[in-house]
Amino acid sequence: MNKELDKALKERILILDGAMGTMIQRYDLTEFDFREGHFENHHKPLKGNNDLLSITRPDIIKEIHRAYFVAGADIVETNTFSGTWIAQADYDLEDAVYAINFESAKIARQVALEFNDKPRFVAGSIGPTNRTASISPDVNDPSYRAITFDELVLAYKNQTEALIEGGVDILLVETIFDTLNAKAALYAIDEVFDEKNIKLPIMVSGTITDQSGRTLTGQTTEAFLISLSHMPMMSIGLNCALGASLMRPYLQILNKKSPFAVSAHPNAGLPNEFGKYDETPEIMAEQIKEFLDEGLVNIIGGCCGTTPEHIRAIADLAKQYQPRKWN
Amino acid sequence: MELTLKLSGLEPLIITPESNFVNIGERTNVTGSKAFLRMIKEGDYESALSVAREQVDGGAQIIDINMDEGMIDGKEAMVKFLNLIASEPDIARVPIVIDSSKWEIIEAGLKCVQGKGIVNSISLKEGEENFIKQAKIIRRFGAAVIVMAFDEDGQADSYTRRIEICKRSYDILVEKVHFPREDIIFDPNIFPVATGMEEHNDNALDFFRATKWIRENLPGAHISGGVSNVSFSFRGNNKVREAMHSSFLYHGIQHGMDMGIVNPSMLEVYSDIDPSLLIHVEDVLLNRRPDATERLLEFSETVKGKVVRKEADLTWRQLPVHNRLSHSLVKGIVEYIDQDVEECRHLFSRPIEVIEGPLMDGMNVVGDLFGSGKMFLPQVVKSARVMKKAVAYLLPYIDAEKDGKSSSSGKILMATVKGDVHDIGKNIVGVVLGCNNYEIIDLGVMVPAEKIIEAAIRENVDVIGLSGLITPSLDEMVQVAKEMERAKLNIPLLIGGATTSKVHTAVKIEEHYTLGQAIHVSDASRSVTVVQDLLGKRKENFIKELREDYDRIRMHHAKNRAAKELLDIESARKNKLQLVFDEKTISKPQFLGTHSIRDFDLSAIAQFIDWTPFFQTWELFGKYPAILQDEIVGVEASKLFEDAQGMLKKIIDEKWLEARAIYGLFPANSVGDDIEIYHPERKTEIIAIQRTLRQQTKKVVGQPNLALADFIAPKSSGITDYIGAFVVCSGFGIEQHVTRFEEELDDYNSIMIKALADRLAEAFAEYLHREVRNIHWGYGHEEELSNEDIIAEKYRGIRPAPGYPACPDHLEKIGLFDLLDATKKIGVSLTENLAMYPTAAVSGWYFAHPDARYFGLGKITDSQVIDLCERKNVDFEENQRWYSSILI
Repeated sequence: MNKELDKALKERILILDGAMGTMIQRYDLTEFDFREGHFENHHKPLKGNNDLLSITRPDIIKEIHRAYFVAGADIVETNTFSGTWIAQADYDLEDAVYAINFESAKIARQVALEFNDKPRFVAGSIGPTNRTASISPDVNDPSYRAITFDELVLAYKNQTEALIEGGVDILLVETIFDTLNAKAALYAIDEVFDEKNIKLPIMVSGTITDQSGRTLTGQTTEAFLISLSHMPMMSIGLNCALGASLMRPYLQILNKKSPFAVSAHPNAGLPNEFGKYDETPEIMAEQIKEFLDEGLVNIIGGCCGTTPEHIRAIADLAKQYQPRKWN
Repeated sequence: MELTLKLSGLEPLIITPESNFVNIGERTNVTGSKAFLRMIKEGDYESALSVAREQVDGGAQIIDINMDEGMIDGKEAMVKFLNLIASEPDIARVPIVIDSSKWEIIEAGLKCVQGKGIVNSISLKEGEENFIKQAKIIRRFGAAVIVMAFDEDGQADSYTRRIEICKRSYDILVEKVHFPREDIIFDPNIFPVATGMEEHNDNALDFFRATKWIRENLPGAHISGGVSNVSFSFRGNNKVREAMHSSFLYHGIQHGMDMGIVNPSMLEVYSDIDPSLLIHVEDVLLNRRPDATERLLEFSETVKGKVVRKEADLTWRQLPVHNRLSHSLVKGIVEYIDQDVEECRHLFSRPIEVIEGPLMDGMNVVGDLFGSGKMFLPQVVKSARVMKKAVAYLLPYIDAEKDGKSSSSGKILMATVKGDVHDIGKNIVGVVLGCNNYEIIDLGVMVPAEKIIEAAIRENVDVIGLSGLITPSLDEMVQVAKEMERAKLNIPLLIGGATTSKVHTAVKIEEHYTLGQAIHVSDASRSVTVVQDLLGKRKENFIKELREDYDRIRMHHAKNRAAKELLDIESARKNKLQLVFDEKTISKPQFLGTHSIRDFDLSAIAQFIDWTPFFQTWELFGKYPAILQDEIVGVEASKLFEDAQGMLKKIIDEKWLEARAIYGLFPANSVGDDIEIYHPERKTEIIAIQRTLRQQTKKVVGQPNLALADFIAPKSSGITDYIGAFVVCSGFGIEQHVTRFEEELDDYNSIMIKALADRLAEAFAEYLHREVRNIHWGYGHEEELSNEDIIAEKYRGIRPAPGYPACPDHLEKIGLFDLLDATKKIGVSLTENLAMYPTAAVSGWYFAHPDARYFGLGKITDSQVIDLCERKNVDFEENQRWYSSILI
């Protein structure tokens, strides 16, 4: 599929980038930054719709990608976590979906090309959407669903097509809290592959929401793995919700059971009372060292609250270790 | 290599060959249940959900949902019900079968389940194109599939049609759709028997035979079916139906049926079926006589007549309370449990004794029946529920007496580590400690580290004891020690078992467990003093001395290791043994190929028993028969020997154990340290390569560095040589007796039977080796040897075993088992750490060269193992652990 990537994955532990949102906050942006040149007359406030910045402020997004690459990331994620019409519907921006994904992929690609010391890759970030196919939002009618499988497939297809056309190397279905949503994403990806007659490596990353060890929709880590194993994936892993140390038992399960490479991009700890993540790069690296000592992962990076400083600490550490072996 | 069906709801369900039988709940099916149909029709989904919940609670491991009914909108009902189930974690934890004959309902259903379920069903009924299209879509959803034996010409109703259609379906799925083999489940059609029509007489038998054929010829595929169909002719006579279902399942499972739709309430315990009813039922199922149907019909009238007595079925209430408890447990009846437990409580001085006595006895019966395939999982779950209820009733009384002093001297957790099934030693230690007033918590065999730790914390134990026999268990124990350290435990860790040693404990285990203390215990009798020291006043001194001792051992070991110079593997190979291979030293076997034996006459084996190791098992040391006259242990040894002879007689007369064997003789040549084994007829076709390891210790001049391959003529010589292979096992059927003894709290006999089974397996290996030498290979026909001579190995040829000194490489067992197809042919399997199961088993190769001899490999270097891994094309890092005990 991608020989360079394949080779790199076998040779070393690959580094994924850190948080996008945390970095964007550092720029202290205003409503205008989210509109500039494109959505200036839009009828709804757009501040906070970070994916739009790939269109309105590509300079900022590129700078963030660059910072992560400089810190040692092998893979950066496109700024498309909410790049489906389902998520954009909150802003009445369903029509912007193609541009968001295409532009995000394109600029990430451009930054990757600035580096020629080692191969750098772009993963198209496919988020979970803000609706769940397995849970009813209506307490009085548990059989109700705010979104159907077919709608999800359609949304993911649009996103996938635009990401591929924008030039991503990898598709990353992440922060999966409902396996049925992820199944729809994989279903869509498979259909797009068939239609375009291409195949890209797929990374899948679930979210264990609390220490019960289950996803939001109640699956154990192993059940989650089994439910998605029908697709030939490059890697399966966990991200978000928990910090590194709480994630470890569930990574151990994936390490033991997964026929695919294993990835992890934990948060910088748990949010503090102000909703901020305050684990320092040193503290986080120390916990990640435990993963590495145990040989649990092939790909490691950061989620909420992590910065290029975190990624640098992780990358420096990971260099000293061999990647996990798998079939 | 391994094809395992993995399914999921909220939790995984992994179906392995060891899974026994997977029960699919069937009551959420509108075509099968009038009550369920009514609920759906009336929109009473609340009740419909409780039907699903009851099934899961009742032991269904998967639930089948079917909404195919003309009067309802099947698609809408399917979606609604699945969505509702998704909000009920106690139901959604199991995988779901989406059952419909309408494709649009199946597709709608697939869109509602997050786990990996099963589609029931697709078939070739509408032709290949449609079949492929549907299979592809199912694949895209990641579900497994049930395939009906149905094609363009209709439903398969004979053995030939069944296998023909299943084979065709399988080939299409595997080759054209790339459907994973293990995700294919066949339903080869269960049709009614005893219909009065002659062409239906083979219906059950054809199903069994087709099942067997599929399991043997379509790798990975599973077999399912709706069992209640078979008894259709006996509607209204539940007694007969229940017996029929149970017997059908019993035989189906024997033939390889591994999942199915069964109503647990319509299932009799196999061993509880009235024997004469069973004969009549099985005559019909197995078509054993032409008048079987008439006879069953006639007989069923008499059974039916007894239905009146159904209310009088309460005769068991007249039994003593102990038996009533057991009856409730086995039958899963909760109604009387509180009153019986209450009654029983007054018979004992302490409430805990009700649990330890009658209740545990009952549970042992359940385990016994389940272990021997006579009870099925749903029934066992019911029994467990009764047990829980009983315990719950007693808890307040137990708590109330807690202020009284605890009577035990300490709590000790015992376990045989993951991947190992040997437990004689562990059980002996348990008994010995138990006799010394320690409370034993026995976690059984194949126990993973996390379970040990979890139990240790929960039970707040004072000591943990690990046991294991095979060498991979050594690494497993290191793993447990590491995990205990990580869990911040400081509980003393006892290490015991045949391959364990003080050196290994000191060098490999102790350093990983700094918070607590690891202690090697060489035998059971030592265990008491060790535990007393550990828990007593001497503790600190004891540990201090122990640590000093272990430090010394480590230093000594390091010194030794440095001093021990090994040859590099190339030099060792240059110093290989050079034998003469000619017509004098090579004899062509009388027979080439494999042969298996079942139900072998135990009395023929018994005379070959080597009794010396038997006494060792009981920690009586000395050579048989001299040991019987021994000054110190003579009296005990004689008593033991008498008991052993008594049980051995029963084992033989009453067929307690079944001995099975498989052996094969093949053309072979050595290529370096490998032995190439060829097809019996086509000599150019390599059917297996067994790898042997070579000694690397420095030898005095003239002494070779041996490898087993040296005993086989090299390929380059152009001479055809031969090798034999075998697996024998005498442990079939042992479990029911072991549990019987355990249930009688008779550890003595439970250990006795295991020790005897082990001896019989060794004896069987000796016996078979003689047969092979004398008859099948035929070179030893002039042999006239007494049993003592045989034990002293005064014959030509050897039978070394993988995992033993000449070839410590357990991995070679995999090749050996594949070569003979031993798991399929005689039912001996390998655990993940390559222990043989059932345990009383011996496997190995036959070498016939007159100069072939046993030797010990000794220590070897990394480079030999790296070279071995390269030859096998496997990763060194991953495989290194198998060799850790022999690497320098």
